[in-house]
Order: sequence, then C-alpha cells, then structure tokens
Amino acid sequence: MLPYPLLSASLVIMWLALNGFTLGHLILGCIVSVFASWGMAALRPVKPRLPKWYLLPKLVSIVLYDIVRSNIAVASILLTGRSKRIKSGFITVPLELENPTALAVLAVVVTSTPGTAWLEYNSLNKSVLIHVLDLVDEEAWRVLIKTRYEALLLEIFE
Amino acid sequence: MSTIEHASELPAWAALLVSFFLVVGAGLTLIGTIGFVRLPTFYERIHAPTLGTSWGTGGIVMASMIFFTVLATRPVVHEILIGIFVTVTTPVTLMLLARAALHRDRTEGNPGVPAEGPVQSPGESVDAK
Repeated sequence: MLPYPLLSASLVIMWLALNGFTLGHLILGCIVSVFASWGMAALRPVKPRLPKWYLLPKLVSIVLYDIVRSNIAVASILLTGRSKRIKSGFITVPLELENPTALAVLAVVVTSTPGTAWLEYNSLNKSVLIHVLDLVDEEAWRVLIKTRYEALLLEIFE
Repeated sequence: MSTIEHASELPAWAALLVSFFLVVGAGLTLIGTIGFVRLPTFYERIHAPTLGTSWGTGGIVMASMIFFTVLATRPVVHEILIGIFVTVTTPVTLMLLARAALHRDRTEGNPGVPAEGPVQSPGESVDAK
C-alpha cells in the first residue's frame, strides 16, 4: 500500500504545514500521499540509497557557502560592466558518478550556483557539458567540480 | 486580523534583519534581471536569473522566516518548502532551455558550440530506455 513510506510521510507533513494542522486535513493529506506514492511507484524509479546520509549536512553547507560566493562574483561581473570583457565558455567534465540520484543532486548543485550551468549529461562517455560564465582556467573548474562536489557525492551514494 | 497590522510590534533588531535580507534578496533578483537583458549571448544569459533563484529567493525567504518567527504567528515551514522547490525545479527549466538552444545551434551549424558527444545508434537506444 505504501511503496515509499518516507515520501508519503513527507507529503503528509507538507500537506499539514501548508493547510493547517486539523483532523480533516490529516485525512485528506493521507489520501493524497497514498495516491501520490502509487503514482511514484508506477514510474518505477530506482530506489535511492544513502549509506552515508550523515555527510549530507556537510555537502549542504559547502554548497550554501559556494552559492553565496558565486552570487557575489556574478553580481559584481554584471554590475561593474565586465560582462562585455569576460570570456565565457563550455567545459566537458568527465564524471565517475553513475547513480541517477547523485547525478541529479550534482546537477542541482552546479545549476543553483550562479555562474555555472549544467547543460547535458552523456551517459555513454560519462561526461557532462557545463557552461561557465567567467571561464579563466578550464582545468581549475574541472578540478573544483570533481574534488569539491563529486568526491563527496561519491562518498555519500556509493 | 492580518499580520501586517502587527508589523509595528516587531522589535527594531528584527526589523533591521528583515529589511536587510529583503533588500539583499530583491537586489540580487534585480541584478540578475538586468544581467538577463544585457548579456550578449544566450548561454551567458541563462546564468543571470540564477541569482534570483538562489540567494534572491533565499534572501526574501530568510526575511519572511524572521518576520513570522518573531511575531510567532505560524510555524515556519512554508518558506523552507518554497526554497526547496525553487532550487529543485530550476535545473529542469534551465536544462530544457539550454539543450533546446544547443540542439538548434548544432543543427544550424553555428560556431562556438561544442559538438555532440557519441550517442548509441538509434535502434539500440530507443529500446534500452
């Protein structure tokens, strides 16, 4: 009946938080979450496993810090009018990650950091095309993504 | 009674914090929008709005959280959900737009776009997925 207990529980909590903690909404939320998790099961996603979930806060804090830093960097590029002189470009980063959930997390991380955008992942040669706004040193970006995020994600998911 | 009527009850330090985060969030969103208009190429333009979807949203969310926590009118969950949903859905639209642009540029043979990586032959890939 409940193929994804954690998903259903989060849905009920979200429903109650948004609509108010009443008995009526508890019942309605439970009905919604049961149907939603059936819908999810019909999609047959791979069940994500997080053997080292306790490393997630570390990843979140690194990412939040980087987002602040790159927000400042991109804002200053746009404000000082350097945008005409900077050189933006594409880089291809070979990845060791294969877990779809881990790749999704990495895509969210790369995209939500201003200045870098995840464009397309090629599962055949396991590399991702990333566009960088202020591309000074290609190798430095590759190393940054691989050591700062990918290494940690590999540890969390494998 | 709406919470806005209670806004005058907000202590000074909280009011300062709320205004600070509001100005930062709204300012970053504005800068992102200006960049969106001014940057020269499509691939550069997609970077600018991410200011608004990261700390632009973040700042406004923080301000809202502080405001409603100090006034203690309701549990602070809405904002966290907004933050999570904006963060998780941004890459979807961004990838959709960017890959559409890549596809068009490759088909038209425009310069400055990296070639497509190796793909499986059509017969295999359709069945495999």
